[in-house]
Amino acid sequence: MDVLIGQLATGLSLGSILLLAALGLSLTFGQMGVINMAHGEFIMAGCYTAYVVQQLISSAGVSLLISLVVGFLVGGAMGVLLEVTLIQRMYDRPLDTLLVTFGVGLVLQQVARDIFGAPAVNVIAPTWLSGGMEILGAVVPKTRIFILVLAIVCVAVLATVLKVSPMGRRIRAVVQNRDLAETSGISSRKTDITTFFIGSGLAAVAGVALTLIGSTSPTIGQSYLIDAFLVVVVGGLGQIKGTVIAAFALGFLNSFIEYNTTASLAKVIVFVIIVIFLQVRPQGLFTVRTRSLV
Amino acid sequence: MRLQGRSSLKRSVLTAGSVVAVTSLLLSGCGSKATESDSANTASCVDTSGPTIKVGALNSLSGTMAISEVTVRHAIDLAVEQINAKGGVLGKQIQLVGEDGASEPTVFAEKAQKLISSDCVAAVFGGWTSSSRKAMLPVFEGANSLLYYPVQYEGLESSKNIFYTGATTNQQIVPALDYLKEKGIKSLYLVGSDYVFPQTANRIIKAYAAANGIEIKGEDYTPLGSTDFSTIVNKVRGSNAGAVFNTLNGDSNVAFFKEYTNAGLTPQKMPVVSVSIAEEEVTGIGAKNIEGQLTAWNYYQTVDNPVNKAFVKAYKDKYGADKPTSDPMEAAYVSVYLWKNTVEKAKSFDVKAIQDNAGGVTFDAPEGLVTIDGENHHITKTARIGEIHPDGLIYTIWQSPGPITPDPYLKSYPWAAGLSG
Repeated sequence: MDVLIGQLATGLSLGSILLLAALGLSLTFGQMGVINMAHGEFIMAGCYTAYVVQQLISSAGVSLLISLVVGFLVGGAMGVLLEVTLIQRMYDRPLDTLLVTFGVGLVLQQVARDIFGAPAVNVIAPTWLSGGMEILGAVVPKTRIFILVLAIVCVAVLATVLKVSPMGRRIRAVVQNRDLAETSGISSRKTDITTFFIGSGLAAVAGVALTLIGSTSPTIGQSYLIDAFLVVVVGGLGQIKGTVIAAFALGFLNSFIEYNTTASLAKVIVFVIIVIFLQVRPQGLFTVRTRSLV
Repeated sequence: MRLQGRSSLKRSVLTAGSVVAVTSLLLSGCGSKATESDSANTASCVDTSGPTIKVGALNSLSGTMAISEVTVRHAIDLAVEQINAKGGVLGKQIQLVGEDGASEPTVFAEKAQKLISSDCVAAVFGGWTSSSRKAMLPVFEGANSLLYYPVQYEGLESSKNIFYTGATTNQQIVPALDYLKEKGIKSLYLVGSDYVFPQTANRIIKAYAAANGIEIKGEDYTPLGSTDFSTIVNKVRGSNAGAVFNTLNGDSNVAFFKEYTNAGLTPQKMPVVSVSIAEEEVTGIGAKNIEGQLTAWNYYQTVDNPVNKAFVKAYKDKYGADKPTSDPMEAAYVSVYLWKNTVEKAKSFDVKAIQDNAGGVTFDAPEGLVTIDGENHHITKTARIGEIHPDGLIYTIWQSPGPITPDPYLKSYPWAAGLSG
């Protein structure tokens, strides 16, 4: 029984990590259609932001909370820089975007390696997050509970912003029908930049949180990039709802298969399931219905 | 056009996205194909007429293995610098040609070929992962050149073109198992990354366990670079094993130990013996998450002898006081000196002369005296079990009575019969 609870908790936690890593991508890839291979490096930037902030502020608890804010701004700024300098020039050339951002990702990795050194650095978790909480006989690390809560908060804030704020309405308008939005007087350039800022910022927030459970090294982003893309693809483009459901579905699937087989085999099985799923439903779980002429 | 363009764009973006995700996954997973050397038995082009002699250093300075291999390059640089300051080898200054293996076995093979045939180096120092070594092996054998490989590995190999200056299994894993048995550990849980070294190491561990009445409670592998260990830690917790034998590599260790500690497991409840965590990695994991856990190596920064004190001081003077020294670094440093000593014994840079004269060549290393075995090209090494302390350093708690003779095929262990076949 406590095994079941333990794996349920693991699945929930894995789902929240996937969600956090994929949330930013669901905006930039899901809503804008930009394949940003440097998304993983924005996650890495968040990890290193947490490290730098911790060097400046000795209290691990305070620095974590500050890092979340600073990380969002750093990631967002990097995203805007990338959008303005490169991506905006190739919105109609997805393959070029893919290659360019992949290159940018490699450059960012090497930059991190040159600044912080190749070995992983350690970000100390605050004491109020060390140890685990016992839930019905299973021990769940507090760091994972924190990440779950953070993921829920991020989704809630993002959903609210998109739903009720004027900025959110503009973003949705541009996503659903760019030309009509433009004719109604919405600046699609400004909206693109804003969307990219939020998406990249969220990647860095994920990075800050991931330092609690993983390592902070130049290649850390790569380990989450593929999972993040899968979550968005399975969830379907253009809807946060899909990303949320896909993240938790993949989390549970992975944790239960892994418990009954091995980690490597679980990855394979999950990929096979995803491939079959995409054969049946290539558009993912949810799609945005638009009135554009397709 | 524009309207359609945008929407059908979205679909092709989606497809391209999935293709990229899967392709890059595959790429990161494979790439261990050995490149066959096409210039078999070309005459050596090593130039020994000038005042300098060229040697190669081939380590990953980029990619996922850079985390470990950059420090190996540092140690090679230091050894070369020291040797040059003392007059070089046979009166010639060493000129180091550095190459980046980029964490890709195919790149290692390619760059090894370049170092041998266009840079004409007398010997190459480097390699880390077993797949990089396996990829380079046919290149060095084909061109009849020399590789000094400085990392502990899974054994079951011996090439006349490679000198192995890291530990083979009977100098690291077997002593660690002896130690655990001596401490009364009755059962083990095996956790490792999914590639050559952990799989082979675990085969050896299982053979040892079967012969010594130790129960294997479970065996789990994770893909290299894996960062989620909650399921495995749940399994380990439930197994009530006496100890965990950890052959994880790289960043995975950080995630594993953070999870392990947060799940309330301690060295007192269930100690973890690691064979791939050195001083450098402890910094990244955070000493708090790993203090009290055990490691098995041949060298620690804290080894107490004058040679090591001088080595540690020279390393810190060159690279910074906060940079620790570790086993693979020391093995790389030792490999350059062993090459020098062999060349001086042979009075030649010739490959054949070095092979013929290597047996019995010694070096007073930071880890203690090491001697090259002329038969299998490994070196004698002292085994040390260490405990990780809060200061991030590892302290010896047990060591073998003397240097252990290398036995890569475990021929002298009856329980290992059948492993090498």
